[in-house]
Amino acid sequence: MKILVLLSQVPDTTARIAFTNDNTQYDGNGVTFIVNPYDEWYALVRALELKEAAGAGSVTTITVGGADTEATIRKGLAIGADDAVRIDAQPTDALQVAELVAAYAKDKGYDLVLAGKETIDHNGGQVGAMVAELLDMPYVPLASKLEVSGTTATVERDVPGGVEVLEVGLPVVLGAAKGMAEQRIPNMRGIMAARTKPLAVVPATPVSEVARTVKFELPPAKSGVRMIPAEEAGTLIELLHTEAKVI
Amino acid sequence: MSTIVFIDTRGEKLSKAAQEAVTYASQLAGGPVTAVTFGGAQGLESLGAQGAGKVIVARNVTTLDSQQLTRLVADVASKENATTIVCVSDATGKALAPRVAARLKAGHVAGVTGLPEGGLFRRNVFSGKARAHVQVTSAVKVLSLMPNSVAIAHNGGTAAVEEYNGDLGAARITVKEVRKAGSGIPLPEAELVVSAGRGMKGPEHWAPVEELANLLGAATACSRPVADMHWRPHHEHVGQTGVAIRPNLYIAIGISGAIQHLAGVNQSKVICVINKDPEAPFFKAADYGIVGDAFEVLPKLIDAAKKLNAER
Ligand SMILES: Cc1cc2nc3c(=O)[nH]c(=O)nc-3n(C[C@H](O)[C@H](O)[C@H](O)COP(=O)(O)OP(=O)(O)OC[C@H]3O[C@@H](n4cnc5c(N)ncnc54)[C@H](O)[C@@H]3O)c2cc1C
Ligand SMILES: Nc1ncnc2c1ncn2[C@@H]1O[C@H](COP(=O)(O)O)[C@@H](O)[C@H]1O
Repeated sequence: MKILVLLSQVPDTTARIAFTNDNTQYDGNGVTFIVNPYDEWYALVRALELKEAAGAGSVTTITVGGADTEATIRKGLAIGADDAVRIDAQPTDALQVAELVAAYAKDKGYDLVLAGKETIDHNGGQVGAMVAELLDMPYVPLASKLEVSGTTATVERDVPGGVEVLEVGLPVVLGAAKGMAEQRIPNMRGIMAARTKPLAVVPATPVSEVARTVKFELPPAKSGVRMIPAEEAGTLIELLHTEAKVI
Repeated sequence: MSTIVFIDTRGEKLSKAAQEAVTYASQLAGGPVTAVTFGGAQGLESLGAQGAGKVIVARNVTTLDSQQLTRLVADVASKENATTIVCVSDATGKALAPRVAARLKAGHVAGVTGLPEGGLFRRNVFSGKARAHVQVTSAVKVLSLMPNSVAIAHNGGTAAVEEYNGDLGAARITVKEVRKAGSGIPLPEAELVVSAGRGMKGPEHWAPVEELANLLGAATACSRPVADMHWRPHHEHVGQTGVAIRPNLYIAIGISGAIQHLAGVNQSKVICVINKDPEAPFFKAADYGIVGDAFEVLPKLIDAAKKLNAER
């Protein structure tokens, strides 16, 4: 089985959020970057498990990003990916990223393309579905379980109010969510091996320009918390009714 | 130039999210819009109240196959000359909206929270820790609306319902089984949420949390360790790696307020925090706070909620 895993780089989950250049750019100064948790913990690990179970196949990661993403790409190799591709472009919009990934993946015969459910910085959850459309493949978002037998994948996905179990023929694109696998911590051997595994840098192909983020802003600060003594806890319910008017 | 809105109308009644999306689309268009849906739903003419002039329904499509639905939306969009396509930012919309955007080479704004200002659409990024203003430069725009972002309109009109008869190809996805989870109010749509964390000490102590939620008509939620330890089902886990919610009211009991938890709940309109530790970081994000032992505070809240329910 030939598997492609989309890996993106995001600021660490505890990173301070600030912007520069007149609030047009994320300020990555002093911030640690990590592999997007959904891509690493679920998509990549499940891809490796499927390859290991089959005893054959390959797991390739693909990242759209500048040279600064290579450290996080090596993390994916340390966890166990066979090789990595970096498309040399700064990501600006989901369709741009998807077109670059699809242009690379087209005609390479991947059986399975795994993306994360969403990136925790942009929270769009769009790239996987766009890649699927551009490659004319089915797409299942929010996939929490994945089994493959022959050319059929059985997938569980979260839907409003429950879980759907579905079958879909390969090739397919999935958006990996919690439950698909357990996080793997790279060991020393993996980290050593990652240094020499292939990381191909591919130039960007032309893409559509359809949307751009003009500026960022921080949400307005809370005006302050109103404390209620524990003995009078019942007042909270009254205040929620008469003052906040939410119940 | 017209606006179409895709909604998922499976289920016993038209969902809140569907009614919000039609309302939003018609506010955006400043007039009636065309709603597009699939499956066996009845009562679609009532969407006129939210601003649908017409509802086009593909009766022969029953599973959520995003390729069939993408063809449906793209076809209706081209027949109606649509320049704006609205979807809901939920499991259905997440499979569909980006696909439609990629097919039409359109800019997609994922998770819009309101009408545009100065032509820019606002969406939450960095798990609600910041907002982005997005400009769409393509001829066609695709917008996915966050649940709980608009008040549903009730104008009393009736929409014309038309059946779609085009060829959408075969479904490549087959649904084998659907497992219902939880109480019925899907967490992302819930307006009121009562949530509890590791401070509850064990799954056997959830009865008062559920009782309070029931009395308020709220959904229940939990922090990640609580779901990881199997005290509560996984679909209740809110936060950066769980469900992101934006209810009108979020009551957090025995939850410390770690940044990854806040990431999923900080868009709530009113936040109440009950924690025995006055230094718990959650108080910084709260509108109302009670420093106290959950096991003493909860019975007081339950009594007050009973009293309120008896009065109204
Ligand atoms: C990458 C990453 C992603 C994560 N994603 C999420 C996520 O999506 N959602 C999430 O929730 N967490 C997430 N976490 C975990 C998060 O960092 C916290 O560990 C977690 O939210 C803590 O849960 P808690 O508040 O229930 O437990 P604790 O941190 O143990 O807090 C328990 C709280 O209960 C209070 N308490 C104890 N006893 C009582 C009592 N009797 N009455 C009242 N109060 C009491 C304590 O004072 C304390 O504040 C993530 C972590 C990482 C690293
Ligand atoms: N720059 C990128 N390079 C590679 N994959 C990406 C990139 N951005 C997003 N993805 C993938 O697409 C998924 C959804 O991203 P998003 O649409 O940004 O929420 C992520 O979890 C990744 O798997």
